[in-house]
Amino acid sequence: MNIYAIGSGVTKFGELWGTSPRILAKKAFAEALDDAGIPKGRVEALFVGNMLSGILGGQEHLGALFAQELGLNAPAFKIEGACASGGLALHNAVNSVLSNQYQTVAVLGVEKMTDHKPEDVATALMGAGTDVERMSGATFPGLYAILARAHMAEYRTTEEELAGVSVKNHFHASLNPKAQFTLRVTVEQVMKSTLIADPLKLLDCSPISDGAAAVIITSRKPAKKSPKVVASAVATDTLGLAERESLTELAATKKAAKKAFTLAGVSPSDIDIAEVHDCFSIAETLALEDIGFYPKGRAAGAVARGEVTLGSKGLVVNTSGGLKACGHPVGATGVKQVAELIKQLTGKSGRRQVKGAKLGLAQNVGGSGATAVIHILKI
Amino acid sequence: MNVGITSYGTYIPRHRIKIEDIAKAWRKNPEEIVKSLGIAEKSVPAIDEDAVTLALEAAYATLRFPGEKGEIGSLLVGSESHPYAVNPTSTIVGEILGLGNNYLAGDLEFACKAATAGMQLTAGLVSSGQIDSGLVVATDTAQSKPHDALEYTSAAASAAFLIGKNPLATLLSFTSYSSDTPDFWRRDGIRYPSHAGRFTGEPAYFAHVMGAANLLLKKTGIKPKDIKYCVFHMPNAKFPRDVAGRLGFSQEQLDPSLVVDFIGNPYSASSPLGLAAVLDIAGSGEMIFMVSYGSGAGSDAFLWEVNPGIKKIQKFRKEHKQLFSQQVANKSYLDYVGYLKNTDKI
Repeated sequence: MNIYAIGSGVTKFGELWGTSPRILAKKAFAEALDDAGIPKGRVEALFVGNMLSGILGGQEHLGALFAQELGLNAPAFKIEGACASGGLALHNAVNSVLSNQYQTVAVLGVEKMTDHKPEDVATALMGAGTDVERMSGATFPGLYAILARAHMAEYRTTEEELAGVSVKNHFHASLNPKAQFTLRVTVEQVMKSTLIADPLKLLDCSPISDGAAAVIITSRKPAKKSPKVVASAVATDTLGLAERESLTELAATKKAAKKAFTLAGVSPSDIDIAEVHDCFSIAETLALEDIGFYPKGRAAGAVARGEVTLGSKGLVVNTSGGLKACGHPVGATGVKQVAELIKQLTGKSGRRQVKGAKLGLAQNVGGSGATAVIHILKI
Repeated sequence: MNVGITSYGTYIPRHRIKIEDIAKAWRKNPEEIVKSLGIAEKSVPAIDEDAVTLALEAAYATLRFPGEKGEIGSLLVGSESHPYAVNPTSTIVGEILGLGNNYLAGDLEFACKAATAGMQLTAGLVSSGQIDSGLVVATDTAQSKPHDALEYTSAAASAAFLIGKNPLATLLSFTSYSSDTPDFWRRDGIRYPSHAGRFTGEPAYFAHVMGAANLLLKKTGIKPKDIKYCVFHMPNAKFPRDVAGRLGFSQEQLDPSLVVDFIGNPYSASSPLGLAAVLDIAGSGEMIFMVSYGSGAGSDAFLWEVNPGIKKIQKFRKEHKQLFSQQVANKSYLDYVGYLKNTDKI
């Protein structure tokens, strides 16, 4: 069965104090419907990716909430998998279509974070970690700093090379009007930014954001040329870092990527564009290696040399600006990544368009790597 | 009716702490903190000073000026650090000043604009003939939790203004702009305020200051270029400079009011102290544009015109070493532990 991604919509990401989650959802969904060119009544089910509405907003039951808000009299589900909630929602949507339960479904990723105090958000995000990590006072910048230190020790990766991830993603975001940060930064600015968790500095870290994204998939043959979802794969690993066998890779990413490449019948060298989960600069480095784009220890230098920047001949990574610069409304991120691939593969990405892109990959990670979701789209 | 400021007084505790010393205590980069806030040091109360003693110092200085004051019919004290939740600061201050009993006493609380609300209320009482003259005091030993961003700026100071007839500076017009915007708050019984980070900027400070300012410019038909000085609430060194530019005021018009550069943010005394610093140097016929800001949120805007009598009080204040420039120069430094002791944190 072919599954087509026929429409996508993304709201502006950022500190959207005047915009409620309901309005964010409506905007993203309306844009996706318009892009798909189908009537709302065609949507048979809704899959909502969200992580924090319960703990921060006291609001659960998001399936019914957004089904009502979007005017869908349809089955609706909330999927939670920390920062991989959006990717997991799409995976479940794909499975529901593959099972012939539905033909056309919508996936909505939505998160509202900036209305809450940063310390409350940091505490809520640690819901994705283990009780031991919480008791020890760890936060995600700290956990990823451990991964960065391990990578630096093992492969002589430098802080300047890691800074290259942020420089590239801010450059891409400067071409994306929906990105939270459209300013370009230099390696020097990254290196001089406030230290958050050694060796990660402020400009190595993705922000707290509000935003929503929507994607519509269908097994019906679309009226217009649309990308196919040729792989949707999920893998998990231990919840906490302490139980991992290695701190220089995310095993869940490796497993999910291997499965996805098998499903799609392609290899890493075939991929033209990738949206990877750069919650911290080290995370993009790990992603590029664990997916198989680069051998271990080679990704950071390659990114710093501009090998995956827009305009390069091979793979281009995080044209949206990634989590770092486009923003990271956690439940929306996984859906936004796929929405970006759809825009790129259909030639609608404007100034950040990768010419002739045919094959795109999205990698969405939950926690410190306990969940990984890989999608591959082909046009 | 010609109503306005007939006398004024100020007080700045002499203790200071360098912002770099606070930053060092928390292992922050001092240069980065000083650069981002634009403040190098802030005033700190002595161990036995509070909002009442600060209010008294400014009020004494105000009443000591030997001008025609009329009968003082009201005393309004604006602060967000009133020592008591129940039991007014104003009556303690009034009793010690010897105002007698026939006056309206009131404590005002509206974050950093409590006192400017009092200035508008008092001007209304005088204009309507209910009282001859009323004293308004802005006083704060500003609270901030150790390690909170507010710790770098929260300061202590006071300013008092006597509002009456035949003034040194006439109140030409005023406006207010208010909304329910919870950017900064402190619940009853809670020691330190909370705030919503960057939300305190655009939707809070800038929206309200601009709102009240634009209302006043429209109401009076006066253009920024016709005004000699401007004064804005100063939560840090950047916001007043930014908002002045947005409204069309120059750095020269703003500079004399920037008390924040020397002592930080004494909350409700911030813009009143800025006004006093400007009155210390203003000349007859010059206009002063002033906008306060209180979280929660609201702004009061004022247009003052300075009268010839200003010279007398400037001379008096200078002789008594009470000019802002003189008071701010009288200082001694505390280390971080001394700061914690003086603000009753240890």
